[in-house]
Amino acid sequence: MSTRLLQSAAVVAAILSTAAEAAGDSSFNPEISLILDGRYGSFDNDSDYELPGFMLGGEAGRGEEGFHLGHSELVLSANVDNLFYGKMTAAIAEHDGETEVELEEAYIETLGLGHGITAKAGRFFSGLGYLNQQHPHAWDFTDAPLIYRGLFGDQLLDDGVHLSWVAPTPMFVKVGAEITRGERFPAAGASNDGVGASTFFAKVGGDLGESQAWQLGISHWRAEVEGRTSGGHHHHEDEEGGHETPTYSGDSDVTGIDFVWKWAPHGNATERNLKIQGEYFIRNEDGDVVMDDESDAPESTTYDGEQKGGYLQAVYQFMPRWRVGLRYDWLDSDNKGSDEEVLAEAGLDNEGHTPQRFTLMGDYSHSEYSRVRLQFARDESYEDKDNIITLQYIVSLGSHGAHQF
Amino acid sequence: MLSRLSLLLSVIGMMLAQSANAGLNVFACEPEWASLAEALGGDQVRVTSATTARQDPHHIEARPSLIAKLRRADLLICSGAELEVGWLPMLQRKAGNRQVLTGQRGYFEAAMLVDRLDVPEVLDRSMGDLHASGNPHVHLDPHRLLTIAMALSERLIELDPENGALYEQRRNDFNQRWQNSIEAWEQSAAPLKGLRVVVHHMDWSYLFDWLQMVNAGALEPKPGLPASASNLTSLKQEMEQNPAAAILYTHYQSPKAAKRFSQLSGIEVVELPYTVGGAAEVTDLFSLYDVTLKRLLKLVQ
Repeated sequence: MSTRLLQSAAVVAAILSTAAEAAGDSSFNPEISLILDGRYGSFDNDSDYELPGFMLGGEAGRGEEGFHLGHSELVLSANVDNLFYGKMTAAIAEHDGETEVELEEAYIETLGLGHGITAKAGRFFSGLGYLNQQHPHAWDFTDAPLIYRGLFGDQLLDDGVHLSWVAPTPMFVKVGAEITRGERFPAAGASNDGVGASTFFAKVGGDLGESQAWQLGISHWRAEVEGRTSGGHHHHEDEEGGHETPTYSGDSDVTGIDFVWKWAPHGNATERNLKIQGEYFIRNEDGDVVMDDESDAPESTTYDGEQKGGYLQAVYQFMPRWRVGLRYDWLDSDNKGSDEEVLAEAGLDNEGHTPQRFTLMGDYSHSEYSRVRLQFARDESYEDKDNIITLQYIVSLGSHGAHQF
Repeated sequence: MLSRLSLLLSVIGMMLAQSANAGLNVFACEPEWASLAEALGGDQVRVTSATTARQDPHHIEARPSLIAKLRRADLLICSGAELEVGWLPMLQRKAGNRQVLTGQRGYFEAAMLVDRLDVPEVLDRSMGDLHASGNPHVHLDPHRLLTIAMALSERLIELDPENGALYEQRRNDFNQRWQNSIEAWEQSAAPLKGLRVVVHHMDWSYLFDWLQMVNAGALEPKPGLPASASNLTSLKQEMEQNPAAAILYTHYQSPKAAKRFSQLSGIEVVELPYTVGGAAEVTDLFSLYDVTLKRLLKLVQ
């Protein structure tokens, strides 16, 4: 055992020493980076979180109170050879008192196909929308927009293949498609033999003069859902005190539009810059909800739902290191079923409430590798209105790759 | 419907025809390499630069317009040595263009062709944003630039052999003019030897190495970190012991820190062009050196 340890220590030492000597992109092979994210949260009320009109799943929630850790991420990536690039992201997070390692990303991507074509296979964040492909540590606010929370459990992540093409045109034009397993929230069930979900997206973008850059995207996602449970966050107790888990099966499709516009004087973002972005999604579902109580005859209802919402945000760096941001979120839903009571038990009755939230943040980045952020949110996403204050640090150690536009 | 379709097809046809034209599409990461490619390629190359003199080449984003440009490029020319590490790898992955991947013939990394200064002995982030391969701002030494120019010309010929004779002729012209210029610059710059200057960032190491000038300190406490009040105070004390002739900064850096330090220390601020486009009269590499020397020589007159 100890010789093994010595051996691996020697291997690590060898890797690090070659890394220090070697040059260029391959200096760390693989590139290793570690993201550390720590938080302090303060809420005004203690009631259980819900998002009226939405079945919650995935990572959805309003975060935790007091001192806690966000996602600590370990990222390994490298060019595999001249054809492939590979990347793995492991997120280490605490859920209900247990430390869990989640495989967030594990994919290979082609480098050398040429003709503007890129193929990707494995587990990856879907190319849908704008924010979806960004890691939480790259977000401008401590949490995901409500619409991402409500529809995707914060982020749409799945196993499958991705194909995209950049057109050989002066303007940036990109189209892409994904076929994925559809086992994770919100598709759930891996129907169609594990090829249950698909995504299409298109993006255009360019510059406006020297100081402005923009991108506009549309995307569409659809899945056949088999037994999507509203996992963990949203159990309902029936009269006898037993647990019922709302379970949805049926069709689901999401259509979205996203835009981002960035401004920096003469294109030099180091002093001052402004970023405005917004996204809007609409989801349609048609199927049945069963209140699974492990009995032979659980309650059920048909369910024909429409859920929509978006966010609009602006982040302004007014001097080096300092940024302020403002975000407005809103949701709306219109869900119908044969049994309104069961629908309500499943959390799909919006109770006449249209969730919304105002968020204000300020952050300070000592270098491009460290950031401290204070955020205040007036959260009216559920009936008990809440004021949430979050203090957060995010740092990255090691060779930290570039962020997307 | 049919006429619309034919219109669409003809537009696509035009786009394809454009990309099939003779000559090369060159994507330069920095204006100095765009200018060098124009000097060596003439009408045979269509050059775009990812950055301007007003932009910090360390920090730009892999924005959509750049992806579209790199998608159509036959040749990518960058300083390299990790200067563009924050955005170029992302751009290469997004563009889906096999020709310009690292290691391909369409990838030209200028700094790696010459000896580099400031290669750190220890890599530690607490020391700032260091480049493991050394200082990448190599274009401010005319001898190194000539080495790079000759290699770039070879690459143009290799990628576009049909126009080989034209590239060769342009190379010989450039070589001759550049060597003559070096001689003239070195003669006029003799009084700069030993001149002490304060810099904003380590952009000028190669210029100082060439002219035997002395870097007396930096406004940035560590490479890549913004100038801080405490650093300026300690730098001021150093200046009292051993004064410098000027504070140098360039377009893409905020003049605020340089001006503040000038008020503190009484040392003159000099803006240098750093790259092509860095001053109105700097339209190519020749005028870049002319203007840089002219502004520095004012300090010793």
